[in-house]
Amino acid sequence: MIRRLVLLAATLAAWSLAWAASGRYDYILPPPWAVAAAFADNTALLAHHAGITLAEIVLGLVLGGGFGALAALGLALSRPAALWLWPLFVATQALPVFAIAPLLVLWLGYGVASKVAMAALIIFFPVASGFYDGLRRTDPELLDLAATMNAPRRAVLRHIRLPAALPGLASGLKVGAAVAPIGAVVGEWVGSGAGLGFLMLHANARMQVPLMFAALVLLAAAAVLLHAGVGLLLHRALPWAHDSLETSP
Amino acid sequence: MNTPAPSALSSPPPGICVSAVSLALGRVPVFEDFSFRAEAGRFTGILGPSGVGKTTLLRVVAGLAPAPGAAIGDEDGAPLSGRLAWMAQRDLLLPWLSVLDNVRLGARLRGEAAGTKARAHALLAAVGLAERAADLPDTLSGGQRQRVALARTLMEDRPVVLMDEPFSAVDPLTRLGLQDLAARVLAGRTVIFVTHDPLEALRLGHRVFVLNGSPATATEIPLPEGAWPRPADNPEVLAAQAAILRALAPAEAAR
Repeated sequence: MIRRLVLLAATLAAWSLAWAASGRYDYILPPPWAVAAAFADNTALLAHHAGITLAEIVLGLVLGGGFGALAALGLALSRPAALWLWPLFVATQALPVFAIAPLLVLWLGYGVASKVAMAALIIFFPVASGFYDGLRRTDPELLDLAATMNAPRRAVLRHIRLPAALPGLASGLKVGAAVAPIGAVVGEWVGSGAGLGFLMLHANARMQVPLMFAALVLLAAAAVLLHAGVGLLLHRALPWAHDSLETSP
Repeated sequence: MNTPAPSALSSPPPGICVSAVSLALGRVPVFEDFSFRAEAGRFTGILGPSGVGKTTLLRVVAGLAPAPGAAIGDEDGAPLSGRLAWMAQRDLLLPWLSVLDNVRLGARLRGEAAGTKARAHALLAAVGLAERAADLPDTLSGGQRQRVALARTLMEDRPVVLMDEPFSAVDPLTRLGLQDLAARVLAGRTVIFVTHDPLEALRLGHRVFVLNGSPATATEIPLPEGAWPRPADNPEVLAAQAAILRALAPAEAAR
């Protein structure tokens, strides 16, 4: 905790110094207090747009996480599915989200749907690959033990392979929570009427740079809180897997 | 007086006959037309240098490793599947299940878990862990974990028990205690155990074979007379241990 406060103070100090050293142009690099003032003057506006972006991220996390987990399960259950579909998943991942964003806006409109789709798309792969890896790498000795117990295949999946893969799913979700804001904001940049990305774009165009910074700070805070929240949730849900879930040293 | 111990066996144990096992790892022959028998209701120990095929043999008996052309079964040639329990060097406890549910793993996997709690509790008591039933395996010591694995093995109530270096991962004192416990609760079953430890073989084996060479051959070694399980500090046991170590040494040196 103390380390984080020191880090925050150091960042603010470096920021103020940079502002002072670069000639004190508030419209290029506003100092921290100008950003704080922008926060105070636009609380309702910021809260409104932050709420929309957060909703997009959370919905994307739920959808992308759900589909990712289902896809991993499908791949683990069916060898043909793994052979045919896995390369496809990898290919979609190689496609930059910026390239798909205009298409999604074209197909799903300027509203929330296209941003949720973006976030879901970006979350899908880390979740699917983390869970799929976990499902594939069940301890072979455990499978031997289950075989001598005359366990049916389904029971082995349910009682051994699935729970053993949950830490993999969890780390996929944590990565997903960290990258989800990228999807939502990129979607908002390409075309939208609301959200922090939209607000930043407009504030930028009108030279309201302190407001833009306020939105940026809010976005960063949301991303960090989301990552920590998901981490905490998983930590609680999988108390036996703490070793494999440790994040920061 | 008439209630049987929770670890008592519910069906008579079969003997085990293994014949015509031929296996190779790459171009190295491990077994060639290998035959082996384990007496019904007795502990059969298999000793040997590492890499000789002890674990492979046990896996073949368990049906975990394919052995084309081999005949594996009881004295009548009937297959052993469903009649054997497996105990590995690692305890293989599932970290997300309580100690009690780990003991009941086989029943849970077969969908027969209903009504098994009382017996699992009794078996945990038999291995001295009655108090730890609700705990997660992470909170146990290595010796305690292996005792849970032993209770899980007993829970299967199978007349044949195959153990692959079951106590090699614990410290020597704990190991002696676990050997006594295993002898007590597994007595009457047909047990084949693989070990690196001559003392373990001498303490627990009703018969002990040394596996050697490539392809491997099994040589029975003479055992000291006396009560079973044999005490670790018995001079005859210690003398026999020295003899086995001498016999194994050239094989180890040649590798």
